[in-house]
Amino acid sequence: MQPASAPAGAVSPKAIFPFVPSVSLDTLWFQVAGTLCNLKCTHCFISCSPTNNNHEMLTLAEVRERLREATALGVREYYFTGGEPFMNVEMMAIIEETLRQGPVSVLTNGLLLTPERCRKLKRLSDQSEYSLDIRISIDGYTPEVNDPIRGEGTFGKILAGIRNLADAGLNPCVTVTEACGEAANAQGRTKFLEWMRGIGLPRPRLKILSLFRIGAEEQRLRAYESWESLRGRHLQEDEAEKLQCSSCRMVTSKGVYVCPILIDEPRARMGETLEETLRPFELAYSACFTCHEYGVTCRT
Amino acid sequence: MTETVRIDFFGGIYNNAHALRAAIADVRRSGSDGIYALGDFGGFGPHPDRIFPLLLEAGVAVIQGNYEESLSSGAEDCHCGYTDPRDNHFAQISYDYTSARTSAQWKAWMGTLPKTRRFEVAGRKVLLVHGSPRKINEFLWESTSPVIFLEKLLRDHDADVLVCTHTGLHWRRRLPSGRLVVNAGVLGRPANDGQTNVWYARLTFGRDVEVEFVPVVYDYEALAREIEEEKLPPAFAETIRTGWWTTCLEILPAKEREKGNF
Repeated sequence: MQPASAPAGAVSPKAIFPFVPSVSLDTLWFQVAGTLCNLKCTHCFISCSPTNNNHEMLTLAEVRERLREATALGVREYYFTGGEPFMNVEMMAIIEETLRQGPVSVLTNGLLLTPERCRKLKRLSDQSEYSLDIRISIDGYTPEVNDPIRGEGTFGKILAGIRNLADAGLNPCVTVTEACGEAANAQGRTKFLEWMRGIGLPRPRLKILSLFRIGAEEQRLRAYESWESLRGRHLQEDEAEKLQCSSCRMVTSKGVYVCPILIDEPRARMGETLEETLRPFELAYSACFTCHEYGVTCRT
Repeated sequence: MTETVRIDFFGGIYNNAHALRAAIADVRRSGSDGIYALGDFGGFGPHPDRIFPLLLEAGVAVIQGNYEESLSSGAEDCHCGYTDPRDNHFAQISYDYTSARTSAQWKAWMGTLPKTRRFEVAGRKVLLVHGSPRKINEFLWESTSPVIFLEKLLRDHDADVLVCTHTGLHWRRRLPSGRLVVNAGVLGRPANDGQTNVWYARLTFGRDVEVEFVPVVYDYEALAREIEEEKLPPAFAETIRTGWWTTCLEILPAKEREKGNF
């Protein structure tokens, strides 16, 4: 499923894939827990697990340095993901420091959201003039649907995490992937929203995520087929601006990548400093097809 | 003594002629050197064609919002920029209603309006936009528009003072450079705070720029009844009567959402 050879760097007149321009740097992602996770979800597009050290954890000092770079570039918002961000022992300090500079979203599986940690998160949120958004993943509103994907016994643990957030006064955004078949249709959405109200979220926030058929997901359901590609396509300006990669970058322990999805693709590593990565990127990957075709953004 | 200039800014009107009349009367009572309306005259409320004569008669200078851009170009939806299906569902009801009841002459007029306005007052470059300087439907929320982002935005667009609307919620942020960003809020629906009044912004330019958000008390019950008579969703009338947003709120950032009832 690897794309044909794609030249890095400047636009080539013979490019077979369209290039997305770098319009601005609005959203800065951090692979803050590397690819280390306390779960091993069967649909994970970067195959995170307790033993995956492909990308390492980021330190507070590394994040601080990136925040300094972000200042000059006028970054609007910061997202932290992994792996499981709260496995990073400096995570609370990282959130606190980042919230001084802008809004923060944390993508978590909820397993480490103890009552005490949730209360601390609420304090950090209240101290800041900017939003702290906790996004929590679940793959069904019953253990029967969720656990085969996220792991035996995870449903109850995720539910406890959501309740701890709600008890602390935080209103998380719940994300569900289309691996949960019901999430893809309007009726299923309604059921999810009802379920969320029932577990103590009176203002339920739900985001449905598309699947990327890379990483573990290749084995769970299927890999991309050859037609799922932007080969030969021309990108209109408004189409380009809808793609998250026109206005985001992802920092991992290995450098700066184009987006949160392609961190296992060596050619998606665009450089070491943020500024040098603000150039066009060739949409040579099947995952790019998913974003373009289904209007996917990893933003909340 | 430094001479001061007072300018009033109306955000989205959303077909709320009752609030618009009250706001114009309020501005006239207290004296003003100019009124600007920042777009989104339609949507949500009833009887769109009642808005435009009020604006023209009061000498309000206007710019396009995404509504005027969409209506004048024959677009099929409002391009509000929502991402959630429930937001889009109610936005479509509003847009279809407004589009069907806005006469062709007013749609053509909308197409002639500028998307931005610039002027200089008391040595400051003022930029008026609907959403943001870079996009007509970009949401500038208080909790997700940090200082460093706004500094760059105003620097890139050569503005000392930026006035916008589009989000429905009013706020201001003074930047370390001395620049100022004001979201004027909206006259169209309450500010999701359990109060029935709506808001506009009054800026007084002198040695400094003073910002005042002015609450507008109006006959909301009359508006709610018209919404019902026009068979618009009951949830719209509920918002008008309670001051809590019931629709088009999935777009709210975490902090703003926390303050509402739904």
